Amino acid sequence: MEKSVAIVGAGQTVFSRGCGQSVRELCFEAFREAMDGLNLKTEDIEASVICSAPEYDKQRSPAGVIAEYLNLVPKPTFYVETICSSSSTGLRVGYALIKSGLHSVVAVVGFQKMSEISSREAAERMGRGGDIMWESPFGVTMPAGYAMYARAHMAAYGTKPEQLARIRVKNSSYGALNARATFRKALTEEDVMKSAAVTLPLKTYDCCANADGASCIILASKEEAARIAKVPIWVLGLGAATDSTTLSNKKLYTGLSCAREAARQAYEMAGVGPEDIDVAEVHDCFTIAEMMAYEDLGFARSGEGSRLIDEKQTYIGGKIPVNIDGGLLSKGHPIGATGGSQLRTIVKQLRGQGETGQVEGAKIGLVHNIGGVGIYGNVTILGR
Amino acid sequence: MGFEKFGAVSFTTETKTADFVTYLEKGQVVASRCKKCGRTYFPPRADCADDFSSEMEWQPVQGKGKLMTYTIVSYGPSGFENDTPYILALAEFPPGVRVFGRLDKGIPPEEIKVGMEVVVTPVTLAEGKLSYQFNKA
Repeated sequence: MEKSVAIVGAGQTVFSRGCGQSVRELCFEAFREAMDGLNLKTEDIEASVICSAPEYDKQRSPAGVIAEYLNLVPKPTFYVETICSSSSTGLRVGYALIKSGLHSVVAVVGFQKMSEISSREAAERMGRGGDIMWESPFGVTMPAGYAMYARAHMAAYGTKPEQLARIRVKNSSYGALNARATFRKALTEEDVMKSAAVTLPLKTYDCCANADGASCIILASKEEAARIAKVPIWVLGLGAATDSTTLSNKKLYTGLSCAREAARQAYEMAGVGPEDIDVAEVHDCFTIAEMMAYEDLGFARSGEGSRLIDEKQTYIGGKIPVNIDGGLLSKGHPIGATGGSQLRTIVKQLRGQGETGQVEGAKIGLVHNIGGVGIYGNVTILGR
Repeated sequence: MGFEKFGAVSFTTETKTADFVTYLEKGQVVASRCKKCGRTYFPPRADCADDFSSEMEWQPVQGKGKLMTYTIVSYGPSGFENDTPYILALAEFPPGVRVFGRLDKGIPPEEIKVGMEVVVTPVTLAEGKLSYQFNKA
């Protein structure tokens, strides 16, 4: 198990709608929390990686203005994007910058202010999320893509809408405790089942909501980490993979092949298996996405993810607690900030500082962050 | 030019595969096939990345396909607001050509089943635009 790059600091803003802040101010707030308590001056950060999904940004090339506002100039800054997994990609880039020896301390800042554009503009962008040549002309959306996975999972394994609803019930129970979540109401199975159809079999409460927010992760080399932070959290495993954008070319419709491949790489690099993971954050943009993540990450065999939630094994106290901060379903999903927020939750758990409950003695945690409808798969394994 | 006629909302005008629309006008849905290696592509492509060839030919998607998955969309993106609810679907045709498109709205939801047999047929939309949909076989 290699310990060569560590997360020394992790921060995020409240995720909300109508935050009353500009993008740069959101980023500053996340950066301030990430720097809190560290033996590190801003001028010792050697590079910054800025992450978001550009279709929601008004600012062209946001990296420059954010680096300026955070006092990170004249050090190099640049922008990365893999839609909803942008900040996990930022982590991978930061890891590579440090591992290569080019830099020893790197800040990864993810953000999205989805309320910057009108709902009309959002509907227009929604239509361009799939392949614009061959899918958009039919009126495809991201929820529709995931709904097609849900239908395929149901047809193959007999998965029931009630079982998907139980995932939302679990996540909403933790979201109710999360002061930084957009959606803080605890829902019942009946609430979810009675919610309006969005793109059947997915209903309103099977879907996460848009939000505004930012996250920040500070990475450091082995040599610097012990000096900067009391409890460095090591990046033990990294996995990343890409599947086709066009739905007709996907390898699999009952799971995400990009997530399976990313998980395989991350487990191999960390030298651990699914049974060694104490706590996980998975990309629950829709309830079906969490169900498939159970199987893609090896927490359950294919088709048996529903049993995991039926038996409440993904609650604290179960076999593998998942999304115990409320997940995207409760926190909301400010696209570019999401990966950093997931990483922050695992960092907190591994430090014994859980905010919505603590998995006692958690030593190894996992983050699963997906871009698009199963296009970009990212899995990160962290350890103390 | 010409590809903007494909679908209710289009984002692409120029492509080397624009003849796809010409075939729709003639009543056929086609895939593209690499003359060099024989690989069939849907969605159609002008270039085969397996062997860097651009020598492609058109091949009709025909026969009975199987419905792989579908969703009934209640909220559509811009340009589809008045079109909902509509059904998006994936179907596999012999010899393993997977096609994404619309399923006939007229089929009652309780009759739609994963695995059911479908055929693919060109359709004419408003303002002379062209598309295709899956119908019950």
